[in-house]
Amino acid sequence: MHDSHFFLSAFIYLAAAVLLVPVAHRLGLGSVLGYLIGGALIGPFVLGWVGGSQGEEAMHFAEFGVVIMLFMIGLELEPARLWRMRGPIFGIGGMQVVFTSLAVMGIAMACGLEFKPAIATGMILALSSTAIVIQTLQEKALMRTDGGSDSFAVLLFQDISVIPMLAVFPLLAASGPTTEHHGWLQELPHWAQPLVTLSAVVAIVIAGQFMVPRGFAILAKTGLRELLTAAALLLIVGVALLMTQVGLSPALGAFVAGVVLAGSHYRHELESNLEPFKGLLLGLFFLAVGASLDFSVITSRPIVVGVLVLALIVLKAAVLFGIATLLRIRGSHRWLLALAIAQGGEFAFALLSMAMQQQILDAETSKLLVAVVALSMAVTPLLFIIYERVIAPRYTAVAKEERVADTIDEHAPVILAGFGRFGNFVGRFMMTQGVKVTVLESDPDHVDMLRAFGFKVFYGDATRMSLLHAAGIEHARLLIITLADEAKVAQLVAEVREKFPKLRIMARAHGYDQRFELMKLGLAAEDTVHEQMGSAQELAVRALRALGKPAYATERAARRWRRYDEETVHLLIPVQDDFDTYASIVRDRRTQLTQLFEKDRTELSTDADKGWEIARAEEK
Amino acid sequence: MASVLVLYAHPAPHKSRINRRLAAAAREVEGVTFRDLYELYPDFLIDVEEEQRLLAEHDVIVLQHPFYWYSAPALVKEYLDLVLTYGWAYGEGGTALKGKIMLQAISAGGPEEVYGPQGRNRFTIRQLLAPFDQTAHLCGMRYLAPHVIHGANQLADAAGIQPHVQRFTRLLTALRDGTLPLEQAASAEKVNELIPN
Repeated sequence: MHDSHFFLSAFIYLAAAVLLVPVAHRLGLGSVLGYLIGGALIGPFVLGWVGGSQGEEAMHFAEFGVVIMLFMIGLELEPARLWRMRGPIFGIGGMQVVFTSLAVMGIAMACGLEFKPAIATGMILALSSTAIVIQTLQEKALMRTDGGSDSFAVLLFQDISVIPMLAVFPLLAASGPTTEHHGWLQELPHWAQPLVTLSAVVAIVIAGQFMVPRGFAILAKTGLRELLTAAALLLIVGVALLMTQVGLSPALGAFVAGVVLAGSHYRHELESNLEPFKGLLLGLFFLAVGASLDFSVITSRPIVVGVLVLALIVLKAAVLFGIATLLRIRGSHRWLLALAIAQGGEFAFALLSMAMQQQILDAETSKLLVAVVALSMAVTPLLFIIYERVIAPRYTAVAKEERVADTIDEHAPVILAGFGRFGNFVGRFMMTQGVKVTVLESDPDHVDMLRAFGFKVFYGDATRMSLLHAAGIEHARLLIITLADEAKVAQLVAEVREKFPKLRIMARAHGYDQRFELMKLGLAAEDTVHEQMGSAQELAVRALRALGKPAYATERAARRWRRYDEETVHLLIPVQDDFDTYASIVRDRRTQLTQLFEKDRTELSTDADKGWEIARAEEK
Repeated sequence: MASVLVLYAHPAPHKSRINRRLAAAAREVEGVTFRDLYELYPDFLIDVEEEQRLLAEHDVIVLQHPFYWYSAPALVKEYLDLVLTYGWAYGEGGTALKGKIMLQAISAGGPEEVYGPQGRNRFTIRQLLAPFDQTAHLCGMRYLAPHVIHGANQLADAAGIQPHVQRFTRLLTALRDGTLPLEQAASAEKVNELIPN
């Protein structure tokens, strides 16, 4: 590698991202459009700083970002949920690919193309851009809506359907099937090829289920975080390599591996480790797409290109809208589905270059189609803006009324940091009340034991923001901290308060001092709990009952005492740093409390229970 | 304009269909102070001073609750036991509630005809509510006929409950604006039909 050249390219790509993405974001266009514009600017047709064969190299390298993205999507999709999605995947996805291919083919033939190039064009243009759509759906928090999840189902089916397309293309070649041999798989007898492919997938499932978690457990015990990151990357690179060997899409293989690992307690740890790689590589990928925009094709035939881009988007959207109507998908979801995946996709580039090599399409047509697909991808963020600003507002008024009981939210509303002796009572009880709790625990042995007892616990250090992100902190309503290490608790509270000022945080405290410390950090008094208070009170009540005190009255006295103590804490908040005042308030309050209960014992009743004096009641 | 205090008591609001909706409507009426007793006192540790202060501040007190075993849920009883104290609400110097209006808004599972000498419940609703009536009377308050929703178990959907919610809102508004015919309301079996539109 030429070092200076590498650094220069890296500098240009990073600079384009750092300079343009914030601008696009500020303008409400989303990061994807920022990357695409940045890529177009530095590309061969505007500034010419990067591009050509080297730009293509960057694109191939960056496609690994798409692979990581699908792995991470897989991580979020447990097998059971994927199984529930089989309807949309094969129903909507299948119809979309078949109908769009046929419609494009029909139009292409009407424009004078032969049958074979026309069907190839149909298949190429039926595909949409997984990378752009999912990135944008996630950025706009639409992924978990019905429209978002149906869009994802269609994209998944398209990824699967690339495999038969790659197999069919050689048969469409104008010169008859030019059997080009790629690798060792084709040299095997015909009956063995599908077996090898199948066993590769089975190998991923078995390894993901049994070997990978064990391996991660061993690595986690070393305490070296970068080892886990390296292992995660190794896993994905390995899967991608295996998939290309057996002729499957690396992205699809990574997706399967992700689904298999979705149930593992290393899920959030994996997500948080891979997130930066995914983000950077996807950014690079979008830059490369932008740089590949061939402005010479566009400027030489601007009207033709413009009409084709518009026609492609309108046709794809219309087909999806029709399918959605047929399947009774209503309201804003139908529009989201239609607009989100109306563009061409990155697979089209690979298929187009293959079609050109095999002379299914001539060079001119395929260059034109590359420009059309790339432009349609660049337009996608604008379609989302139309959806968000024009279409969605019309439906929100209706949707709000309907959405009383059900929440589509997949992330648990509660994140519990620490599942030790204290946290496990908190979590276990909350779960019995039907509340979903995401539990984070940093002791790998403890995690294994809890897993054995059937608890869903995730491994990881909750004080790392990236892990909290992976656990869905931006969707959480409550963060409960039961970590034992006081310094870590303070650090975590400070950091979360800064980044998510609206998120409510509750924490256990070892004593009064830690409660005051937490309140100083901005926690409400009622959101900090003295860890010994409840159990000490319970023991005292049992002791008093053992001495013959009446049960209910003692229980009430204990609760009143607890409330009194809580009031004292409130009085002490403003003077916590002034030891003399603090001490004098504590002394006064204790005298008051003693007098209060003294009165209770001698007069049979305090003010609070006055109504229960039987003598008075009889006067009524 | 009179000030109205609604004391709402339902131990299991997630299982409530009618009271939950009535409560939601009551919260929205201007000039009404709404107190959800089970939400405020899950430990039954009623803040007597605070409750007495609120009672003294308002002119009309509405106890809104389901009709459990011909009476109110336990916390309402606890409330009356502890808040209406001697020397404050009744007895020597106990004049804090004098002249105020009190009534109940209840929902009952059975239809109207089962309440009365011929029905299986043998007594009318007002007869069964006699302890509340007498409590109000001893404290010098004017006790009005209750707002009753019968057949609560049959009213399954929002559409069936809606007219009752609207009537309850009108009742609170009328109490606030002083447009309820009090003489009739004091002697009626229930207040439902006396509420002006």
